[in-house]
Amino acid sequence: MKVRFFYSEDCPSHDEALERLRKVMGEEGIRDEIEVVRVDSSEDAEKLKFIGSPTLLINGRDIDPPTNPYYALTCRAYRLEDGRISPLPSETMIRKAIRKAAAEGS
Amino acid sequence: MANLKIGDKAISFKLPGVDDKVHSLDEYAGKNGLGVIFSCNHCPYVRAWEDRMVQIQADYAGKGIQLVAINANDDTKYPDDSFPKMKERSREKKFNYPYLRDETQEVARAYGAERTPEVFLFDKGLTLHYHGAIDDNYDNPSAVKEHYLRGALDAMLSGKPLSTSETKPVGCTVKWK
Repeated sequence: MKVRFFYSEDCPSHDEALERLRKVMGEEGIRDEIEVVRVDSSEDAEKLKFIGSPTLLINGRDIDPPTNPYYALTCRAYRLEDGRISPLPSETMIRKAIRKAAAEGS
Repeated sequence: MANLKIGDKAISFKLPGVDDKVHSLDEYAGKNGLGVIFSCNHCPYVRAWEDRMVQIQADYAGKGIQLVAINANDDTKYPDDSFPKMKERSREKKFNYPYLRDETQEVARAYGAERTPEVFLFDKGLTLHYHGAIDDNYDNPSAVKEHYLRGALDAMLSGKPLSTSETKPVGCTVKWK
């Protein structure tokens, strides 16, 4: 499984998001390396199609695909299962994306 | 680093609000306390905390406390932070405090605000009493252990010393022009 983690230093939730990703991958038995990519400029954001920190791609697919992507060096808002907005993706969101990718790959 | 230290006086401002009125520091001088919160529309940290901001205003309004949110972000790079969008957000979330636009960013620069949200809580004499985050958990309001702003308000209103007068503001960086 190809797992990529994009983040900006400006958004303080990235450490916790990466920790959450590692935890869920461990629980799901995924031992692949995570490619961690730091995005430092608006130019990089455009080039990498970065819609905000943190962004998690599993086999090239965003764990929470945006409907109207806007590429910028910004922090990303996730709408959680209970409707709240958070700067962190939930464990459920990450788990669903991993299971979907695993099912497609099998 | 914020330009204000604990014990410093509030810096004057005069800014347009989403209610189409101009709001200035002077109008809050008679209050028991004023919380100036640098805020915005687009930042997920603000969005995670804004219901809590509304609740704090509701809980402390009867005790003479006023919150004021100020958005200084560059709306050319972050269009969601424009004045019309601020009006929309205020209506949608039923903000019970003034939401002001700092178009020139002069007020944010004068205060030395770095993040959104970032709280500057002033006492009755408009002296800085607390600076920093609203509480210790942006992700989950049910998991908050330290209610910094509420603790500061309670201590200030009861005249007790404050154990934590400064915390690190956590959020998006202010988007400078």
